[in-house]
Amino acid sequence: MQIFPCPFCGPRDETEFHYVGEPKARPEPAGAVSDVEWSGYLHFNANSKGASREIWLHMTCLESFLMTRDTATNAVIGSEFFPRAAS
Amino acid sequence: MTVRYSALTILREGLGGHKGWPQAWRKAKPKPAYDFVIIGGGGHGLATAYYLARNHGRTRVCVIEKGWLGGGNTGRNTTVVRSNYFYPESVALYDLALRLYEGLSRDLNFNVMLSQRGILNISHTPAQLEIAARVANAMQLNGVDAEFWGPDEIRKRLPLMTQSLDSRYLPNGGVWQPRGGTARHDAVAWGYARAADRLGVDIVENCEATGFLTQNGACVGVETSQGEIRAEAVGVAVAGHSSQLMAKADVKLPIHSYALQAMVSEPVKPCLDIVLLHLGTGVYASQSDKGEIVFGGGLDRIPSYTQRGNPPVQQIVVSGLLDMFPAFGQLKLMRQWGGIVDVVPDSSPIIGPAPKQGLFLNCGWGTGGFKAIPAGGTLLAHLMATGSHHPISRPFDLDRFSSGRLIDEAAGSGIAH
Repeated sequence: MQIFPCPFCGPRDETEFHYVGEPKARPEPAGAVSDVEWSGYLHFNANSKGASREIWLHMTCLESFLMTRDTATNAVIGSEFFPRAAS
Repeated sequence: MTVRYSALTILREGLGGHKGWPQAWRKAKPKPAYDFVIIGGGGHGLATAYYLARNHGRTRVCVIEKGWLGGGNTGRNTTVVRSNYFYPESVALYDLALRLYEGLSRDLNFNVMLSQRGILNISHTPAQLEIAARVANAMQLNGVDAEFWGPDEIRKRLPLMTQSLDSRYLPNGGVWQPRGGTARHDAVAWGYARAADRLGVDIVENCEATGFLTQNGACVGVETSQGEIRAEAVGVAVAGHSSQLMAKADVKLPIHSYALQAMVSEPVKPCLDIVLLHLGTGVYASQSDKGEIVFGGGLDRIPSYTQRGNPPVQQIVVSGLLDMFPAFGQLKLMRQWGGIVDVVPDSSPIIGPAPKQGLFLNCGWGTGGFKAIPAGGTLLAHLMATGSHHPISRPFDLDRFSSGRLIDEAAGSGIAH
């Protein structure tokens, strides 16, 4: 059983976590986005082998965060809060 | 030269101490140029080369494989063949594969040990029962053999399956496809390799594709660990590593790579003579000719390239099997392994031209590539030889993600992938 670090709760069992996806910038404005661009945002991924920065959900605290893992070994490199959006 | 396999040659070789069997295929060295290069010496890649030669008379073909033939997912699956899908597009595709499997041993002159013992998709909840009835109807409408079974038929056919009303995942019905079954996975790769080799195809093992040769924006060959190979067109059939390879051509794919694990028990006397897939536990199982119970379940929950599989899913799969067959609790687990599968959002494959000219894709089969090998090969060969889609592969083009015409089999047939 692997332990994943939740930045809010600390180290927890891997079964408490859910993979959400790769962080991507949503194309804007919606009216000007082509079908190809939108499907790129929605479905297409880097699917990297090696270090990979991903969005994860900790299902017990319902917070999402960023985790960097090595997908070739499953080792966790680190986890972090989402960067605060500039307001 | 290769000999034709027959009862007579087995008899002759048996009398001569089996010393005269020739090598099944040549160890080829890559030439500087071919008409077509196929990357990936698994079932789909080898089948593509074979059908290019047989159906289209194109024999200047080279298959390059970074490891050994059939060492990826072709050698790691649970060997099930079936066509119990929901959408007409999927049934056309998977039933083409099953029909080709039915004649494959004769076609390739290689025994792929197809055993059409029948596959039963078992339901557990009322909702799954309705899905099962819907899938059985859809299959019949699409011209594929299917029967809808109730719990009594399941009990009669599978006396070893749990009969206790206390069972957590008691079956309430299912879909029976008599033509489903298993085939020897290695034999499929070897049979295609040998048959393609006989038609003049070069098969090069230990040859990794490290990049693509590009001219005026089009792909004109492959850079490999054994030098450059030029080609009119390049086919890519590398399953879980499709994203990695296509990144070298600056092409992104709608794929996530996951480990899918499978396991076998120690061998026992015959006790399970059909293939099962239980929608309640998500576990599928069959018994191999050697007597091992071969089984697996859902994907690992973590995108990964580690060819092993992690313990939480293994625990779920084993406990699911034991819920279905309490008697299997006596068995020892003999081996467990994983393969890297290429999962797309709609659980249907991608067959079509890549966004770079001269490159063609056969990927996205996810957890179900083995059963589709003859169709994947036929369709990719058609695409590369003619430059246009076969009607069966057209709906599976990469453009479905931007047009929105997805073929969502995970939702449609409720199958666990």
